[in-house]
Amino acid sequence: MGAKQTRSAQKYQDLTDKTGFSPEQIKNLHKRFQQLSDNEETISRENLEKIPALANNPIRKQIIDAFFDKRNQHQNEVGAFQEIGFEQFLMVMSHFRPPTLKTTEEEREAMRKEKLRFLFNMHDTDNDGTITLEEYRKVVEELLSKSGAIGLEAAKAIADAAMLEVASTNVPHMAPDDFYEGITFEHFEQILKGLEMESRMHIRFLDVDTMTMRCGKSKS
Amino acid sequence: MPSRTGSHSPAGFGKSLPERGLLLLMVLVFLEGSVLPLGAASSPDTSHQTNLGDHQGTHTGPNSTKKPFPVLAVEYDRVQIPFEISLWVLLASLMKLGFHLIPRLSSIVPESCLLIVVGLLVGGLIKLAGEEVPPVLDSRLFFLCLLPPIILDAGYFLPIRPFMENLGTILMFAVVGTLWNAFFIGGVLYGVAQIQPANPSDLHQLELLPCLLFGSIISAVDPVAVLAVFEEIHINELLHILVFGESLLNDAVTVVLYHLFEEYAGVGTVTLLDGVLGVISFFVVALGGVLVGAIYGILAAFTSRFTSHTRVIEPLFVFVYSYMAYLSAEIFHLSGIMALIACGAVMRPYVEANISHKSHTTIKYFLKMWSSVSETLIFIFLGVATVDGPHAWNWTFVTVTVILCLVARVIGVVGLTYVINKFRIVKLTTKDQFIIAYGGLRGAIAFSLGFLLNQDHFPMRKMFLTAIITVIFFTVFVQGMTIKPLVELLAVKKKQEAKRSINEEIHTQFLDHLLTGIEDICGHYGHHHWKDKLNRFNKKYVKKCLIAGERSKEPQLIAFYHKMEMKQAIELVESGGGVKLPSAMPSTVSMQNIQPKKPPPAKPVERVLPQLPKGREEEIRKILRSNLQRTRQRLRSYNRHTLVADPYEDGFSDLLIKKQRMVELEKKIKEMSNYLTVPAAPPDSPTMCRARLASDPQAYSMKPVSDSVPTIQVDLASPQSPDSVNLLDEFRHAGQQQPEVEDQGLMMKPPSGPSGPNKPREADEARDQQKLMRCLSDPGPSADEDEDEPFLP
Repeated sequence: MGAKQTRSAQKYQDLTDKTGFSPEQIKNLHKRFQQLSDNEETISRENLEKIPALANNPIRKQIIDAFFDKRNQHQNEVGAFQEIGFEQFLMVMSHFRPPTLKTTEEEREAMRKEKLRFLFNMHDTDNDGTITLEEYRKVVEELLSKSGAIGLEAAKAIADAAMLEVASTNVPHMAPDDFYEGITFEHFEQILKGLEMESRMHIRFLDVDTMTMRCGKSKS
Repeated sequence: MPSRTGSHSPAGFGKSLPERGLLLLMVLVFLEGSVLPLGAASSPDTSHQTNLGDHQGTHTGPNSTKKPFPVLAVEYDRVQIPFEISLWVLLASLMKLGFHLIPRLSSIVPESCLLIVVGLLVGGLIKLAGEEVPPVLDSRLFFLCLLPPIILDAGYFLPIRPFMENLGTILMFAVVGTLWNAFFIGGVLYGVAQIQPANPSDLHQLELLPCLLFGSIISAVDPVAVLAVFEEIHINELLHILVFGESLLNDAVTVVLYHLFEEYAGVGTVTLLDGVLGVISFFVVALGGVLVGAIYGILAAFTSRFTSHTRVIEPLFVFVYSYMAYLSAEIFHLSGIMALIACGAVMRPYVEANISHKSHTTIKYFLKMWSSVSETLIFIFLGVATVDGPHAWNWTFVTVTVILCLVARVIGVVGLTYVINKFRIVKLTTKDQFIIAYGGLRGAIAFSLGFLLNQDHFPMRKMFLTAIITVIFFTVFVQGMTIKPLVELLAVKKKQEAKRSINEEIHTQFLDHLLTGIEDICGHYGHHHWKDKLNRFNKKYVKKCLIAGERSKEPQLIAFYHKMEMKQAIELVESGGGVKLPSAMPSTVSMQNIQPKKPPPAKPVERVLPQLPKGREEEIRKILRSNLQRTRQRLRSYNRHTLVADPYEDGFSDLLIKKQRMVELEKKIKEMSNYLTVPAAPPDSPTMCRARLASDPQAYSMKPVSDSVPTIQVDLASPQSPDSVNLLDEFRHAGQQQPEVEDQGLMMKPPSGPSGPNKPREADEARDQQKLMRCLSDPGPSADEDEDEPFLP
């Protein structure tokens, strides 16, 4: 038992270093992971799709895809996994950690960049480094997908207007014949500067073990 | 009077505007001082005359002498009260005007300080004139007339999102912080009053309960003072909502403590049972207040659903329901402030979806106007009441109170933040804590509560009032004046002034859904999960009940988008059409630049938007037509009459600006980035034209609704068509003719035929119609009544 403890403690230590979670948080997430995967080693998309609470979410597909996106693993690979292990799961979750009191300015900047990168990857589905008009339209359509016919028709106009705004802000003087290829990461950062992502894009990770995690259990 | 001597500078007795204003002010004040004795003197005369009149009417008694018919009579009594009220309001408004005319002053000294000084002066003048100072901060007047507008303004425009996100923190500060302050100050004051047994002084009469009562009065942070000072320092949203939210929510605590101690101060003891009842009472007061407010808010929202035929009285419902909520809460000694906040916050999203744009503007401006006047009056009255007295100065008591207030606040904030930070995700830094502690200003509510005390039950009332006033003066003057330099010194984050963009809105929504999804995957019911559930409940049930028509199904993103469209379209109409929107950076990017190139389609592509009901469209078109006509006639004076802030406020020379516009217009036409096409009507029809104008970035299309309506289509990437060239030439001609037709404003009079003058108008109109098509939900009062109204608001 001692060996097992040290082995798991060691494993958790690695993960702590890599992702920044505390050991208690990792333990809780591991429990959740096992719930989702039916105690297997990996989870697939079907496991996540079975979560009932996600059914009402208009961008469900994008969220699930983000977990299986290799770009979010920070290892300079591209493509998509078919199944992910706990470490990859944790890596994706680490994008949602909040800044602490001890986070310095540079760390905050880095955190903001990382979170924006995550969002950018969610939009840039074909991985060409830019969000084209078609991709942006798809984003807005998905957002409004639960709103019926009104949503679909207005989505196009909204996406166009938004794209135009990005272009006007970042490249103000374009000749009539120039074509704005798409939103690059720098432009994306620029337009979302005001939202202060590092303070907004986070959820609360539980430090203590709670027994109330009964929602979304993917028991088949 | 530093300010006055400053204005009479060595530059001489020049009759500049501020000095005229001040002179007028002195005249008014003396008038007021003098009409009071005049009023007293004239009343016997009038009564005598009316008596005579009666006698003459009924019977010609031998004693009645016939007086000549009074051509001019003075009867002041009848109008005395409204007259004096109006004079006070006028005084307040003139003072406000005056301060902003003296530029440097308002940047150094916060307005609240200046107003108190004015109040002191006016009070002093009235006393010098030998008159009795009216009891201006009478509690009934204050709580029933002066306070509600300010609170309603705050509640209606409360930023809900940051408020809800920080609600836990705000409640901690409001409830626990105020309790701590009250007991600490009250307890220590009692202790201080009891020391020095060898030297019996007045203070020894002070018992524990009155001390605690005093503590509870003085410990509450005042929303009026906080608003007045914080408005000028533009601090970041988080800190602003924390301090301001605290000042609003501590009302419940103050009400309960005040009533509790006041009840039992006569008896002298408070038992444990009373304490427990007090705690229960707190919950009743707070939750009851919120409930009452929410009920009235829902009623108001429901009423607004049916007001589509009587748009003119829509704002009235908002005001009256809110005031009723306040009064109803006050009947039961519930927290009126919380009721008012709840009412405003609950009704706002639904009412705004139902009412017309004009009503929305009316509500906004009336609220701002009333709250501004109220605030000004409150500070002036504070000054007047200070002069009035009654005062009983006691060095020990007053100084100890002031010091204790500061100390208690600091300890409270630091202690509470330590606890709160354990639960907050985004922690509060030391700088934040300092600003929260320093921003705990006391104000007129404390004074009015003190004024309400019964002199018999509380023999130390005068001393209390003096101490309260001293604390108020200290916080408003010292803390109010120094907070701005301190904010600069500490480099506290300021408010971001940027306007909300459509991208930010899209991503805010996206983030909401993303975080909810991640929470669901993580498996715990977090903050986002419940928010999402509430939103879905709202969408499914509540909106259907409370919002009229189709707008109940409109998702938030689309509503935001339309609001933005409308704002820009209105700016466009008001700036005379054809001019670049001043808010955007000068940008030449337009739709063509972002659309992928495709071969020009055989016919113009029709993009459809959902259909507007026909009645609405007609109304919109009528309004646009009438407004655009007036635009052309009154272009020179357009920015004086609108309520929308106009960037071209201070005039350039007219010639320059018009020339500039013409040049820009030409440039845009030459670029041909965006086209506005109207299907060619038979050539003799003057109303149809094929106009090609570069429009501003947001260009929308509309679905052809019926045949009688001229339809407009947007053709995105199509090249020039032969017809366009003609108009272009005409515009060019018009541009060259521009200098001669100065007075017409942006009236382009191309030299050619009968269709000419109609074309620019139609083009502008068509383009604007198109923009406003989806945005205007206001048929407005009938077009005849628009005679006096220059523009769409």
